[in-house]
Amino acid sequence: MHFDDGVSQLAPVSLAVPIVACCLLLAIGRRASRGVTNGVAISGALAVAGTDVALYAASGSRVINWVGHWLPGRGHPVGIVLVVDRTGAGIALLAAVLMVLALVYSAKYFDTADAHYQCLMLLFLAGMNGFALTGDLFDMFVFFELMGAAAYALTGFKVEDRTSLQGALNFGIVNSLGAYLTLMGIGLLYARTSQLGLAQIGTALDHRSPDALVVVAFVLVMTGWLVKAAAVPFHFWLDDAHAAAPAPVCILFSGVMVELGLYGVLRVYWTCFAGTIPASDVRRTLLVIGAVTALVGAAMCLAQRHLKRLLAFSTIAHMGLFMCAAGTMDGTGVTGAAVYVVGHAGAKCALFLLAGILLNRYGSVDEVTLHGKARDAPVLGALFGLGTLALAGMPPFGSGLGKAVGEDALSSSGYWFGPVLFVAVSAITGGAALRAGGRMFLGLGPKPFEDEEQTTGDEEQPETAERITRLPASLVGPIVVLLAGCAALGLVPSAAHAIGSGVERLLDHGGYEAQVLRHVAPQPAPPPEDIDWSTTGVLLGLLSAALAVVTAIAGWYAEPIQRRAGAFLKPFQRCLAGLRALHSGHVGDYVAWLMVGVVVLTAIVGLPLR
Amino acid sequence: MSYYGYFVAGAVLLVGVFGMARSRNLVHAVVCLSVSQAGTYVMLLSIGYQRHATAPVFGSTQKPSADVVDPVMQALCLTDIVVSATVTALLLALSLQIAKHHGTTDPDELTALRG
Amino acid sequence: MNRSVRLWVVTIAGLAVAVAFGLAFVGLPSFGGSSHPYRTAAVHAAVAHQTANVVSSVNFDQRGLDTLGEETILFASVIGVSALLRPSQEEQDAGPSDTGRVLGLTQIFGYAVIPLVCIIGLDVIAHGQLTPGGGFQGGIIVASGIHLLYVAGSYSTLDKLRPVALFEHGEAVGAAAFACLGVAGAATTMGFLGNVLPRGTFGQLYSAGSVPLLNGAVGVEVASGAIVLVAKFLDQAILLGPKRG
Repeated sequence: MHFDDGVSQLAPVSLAVPIVACCLLLAIGRRASRGVTNGVAISGALAVAGTDVALYAASGSRVINWVGHWLPGRGHPVGIVLVVDRTGAGIALLAAVLMVLALVYSAKYFDTADAHYQCLMLLFLAGMNGFALTGDLFDMFVFFELMGAAAYALTGFKVEDRTSLQGALNFGIVNSLGAYLTLMGIGLLYARTSQLGLAQIGTALDHRSPDALVVVAFVLVMTGWLVKAAAVPFHFWLDDAHAAAPAPVCILFSGVMVELGLYGVLRVYWTCFAGTIPASDVRRTLLVIGAVTALVGAAMCLAQRHLKRLLAFSTIAHMGLFMCAAGTMDGTGVTGAAVYVVGHAGAKCALFLLAGILLNRYGSVDEVTLHGKARDAPVLGALFGLGTLALAGMPPFGSGLGKAVGEDALSSSGYWFGPVLFVAVSAITGGAALRAGGRMFLGLGPKPFEDEEQTTGDEEQPETAERITRLPASLVGPIVVLLAGCAALGLVPSAAHAIGSGVERLLDHGGYEAQVLRHVAPQPAPPPEDIDWSTTGVLLGLLSAALAVVTAIAGWYAEPIQRRAGAFLKPFQRCLAGLRALHSGHVGDYVAWLMVGVVVLTAIVGLPLR
Repeated sequence: MSYYGYFVAGAVLLVGVFGMARSRNLVHAVVCLSVSQAGTYVMLLSIGYQRHATAPVFGSTQKPSADVVDPVMQALCLTDIVVSATVTALLLALSLQIAKHHGTTDPDELTALRG
Repeated sequence: MNRSVRLWVVTIAGLAVAVAFGLAFVGLPSFGGSSHPYRTAAVHAAVAHQTANVVSSVNFDQRGLDTLGEETILFASVIGVSALLRPSQEEQDAGPSDTGRVLGLTQIFGYAVIPLVCIIGLDVIAHGQLTPGGGFQGGIIVASGIHLLYVAGSYSTLDKLRPVALFEHGEAVGAAAFACLGVAGAATTMGFLGNVLPRGTFGQLYSAGSVPLLNGAVGVEVASGAIVLVAKFLDQAILLGPKRG
């Protein structure tokens, strides 16, 4: 256990490093060459990754740092505590690694506006690190807003692109409103407990039955994190933001930022509310919201022709699956979610970077416009194909392993719909991406008819000054690294074991409080469960991949199929059209749905507790 | 009277939300967002208030004592204000660029992202 | 959704949320009550560190990490606005038109008040540990003082006397200073953002340890950041026009 020693100082120092690097970049940005600014930025991100590795290695029994040496004496604790366990350190490390890859990808060709782009990326990294490492609820809000501020500016970075400005504004308004609702919840909790730290709030709320104030405070605090996690009906901002954000920014959004929302939900529940709101209640909530999110994401994913929006809806669908897996509220489920998150990050981020290359090479990310045009890039095509199969959960990719563990957790908790949902959603989203890839790289299927209602991908401005014709290592390298990482996660047993061991400490409510407040050493961790491929897992993974291929084929030959089976498909098409009409791009609609979501959450959480 | 401050806070937040939903101008929507946040200031300060207590600043006329209003809530409110001002600035910059590039600030007329 | 459907949805949902708020608020301790344990502990901690302004002690000493996050949000927003409001390829610097007329009285009063406002701002920053105020508040006052040059004079006057690049560097220096003070603390036994300097005498200018230094760093950062922010907006409104030819 690391308390108040050199290792524990690494936690706050990992927040100061990107800030100092950003200050240096801002000072030299105007005059320094591209190589220098990229060097400083990538070194800053690598330094953060290094400290996160050290923290991860030390966090097996939690690293605790009371910032400024305000240790909890006999009285009321007044300081802010940083509590780093495996889950927090792990997700912080994932953020740092993805940031390094994103900065390498954008090193050569991006228009970075006097290094402002790299500055914003480093501050975004600081926000994500702070959110993952802190043990104080108001501090979580502050770093959430830091993540948000940097993210809004990065989304709108391509100022000449109309879609990026609108996407950034929708993103900004909806996420900020969610954060302010969270702040109301934090105020309510402070009024009841007079504490702001997670462990302290948990201790004050323990062993009392939850009244209306505690339930409403829980719902309000969850709202902000669920908006970030793109749970339905808070998810509308995500596809708008991804549509026009630069590709390296999209990989951070899809790979780690939305997953931090789910991390926030789990962290706050298990530390503050696990002693008062029963886990069964939260299980029901997460499973319902997760299932709806997964289905909505998958359905909308099929209907997209804009490649980045397609991948964004696939992220929403996968977030639904992560919520279902973590919503079993037991160790296996959370482990499955963690492995799935890392595997998904590898696959999804590779696909986003490929979309970025397509945009900069051919001037469009529209599946229909690029029909057959990408035939001259077989390497990209092969990588794209591998990425889509990884997304569909095919063994031996790590995403498939996470999917298998998640299915296992759900079915052993008695939720038979779990494996069905996981297979269906992975197949649909993987199939939609495969359909897009087949159209663009191989020209498969007849040219589809133009649908006026769809957002086309032709208005996207390329991120580079001129079309790129070669494929340098700085662009293709990160893609290969991501796919290789995803594959390694599934092939190398110790990788998944490393993620799994210690993730269960996330659920350790009593141990967290005792260690943070009373300096009690934690119980030795139970030996991690066997996180390995089971026969069922492998079979279901192969089934998802096969169904993904079927979905892709149905997509390529959609028109002939429609002509033959039109009457049968009509009700589904009408539902889908209705769903698509709801995604209007209008910020007033999104705010209305946010309010509806708060009401629904309060009902699902609160009514059974009356 | 003992819950009045809290209800005002909730009402201000909901008024801001209603304003955002019915807004026909993006600048108006961004200002409604900061109105919603003003509701959180009222909430935090109401929670921290104590009747017949003084400000948590000591000097020659006020000796240190624990009979002051809650300084932690005031510190949180200060953080909240800075966050609000900066996020509003960012969103207004976005609105300005939207007005330039789309030619309108009416959310009803922004149709670039649909379906 | 069309407009009327949206308004119905938000009204009904808003009413339901209001009901939920109402049920929650009746569980709150009544307004003006005297039980605030965190308050008592914070006051004792502030007095122990010789800080007369307890709010500053909470902000910069006890919960300094929140303030680091907060000033970083300001920093990120200013960089974000600089990036978002950068001149696009179709725009160019058209030069200020300077066609307005400022009343003589406004000019005299404005120019006379500028040094006064700036000094007041610096005073608020410097006395953050003693009186209500501090880096954030004082920084905004200083920035407003500088912009009186625009109100009393013209955009050209402001542009000549406030070099934006200098203030961008000032912002970077302020933010880096705060972070480096924190890291310097990490090298001592007090840890990151620990109050390591000698505490001084309660109620004197030299008190509260490192709080005045942190206040100064924040003041520099906020003042510079606000000046850069307004500069970018003013550029958009006054300077930039479509490219000719």
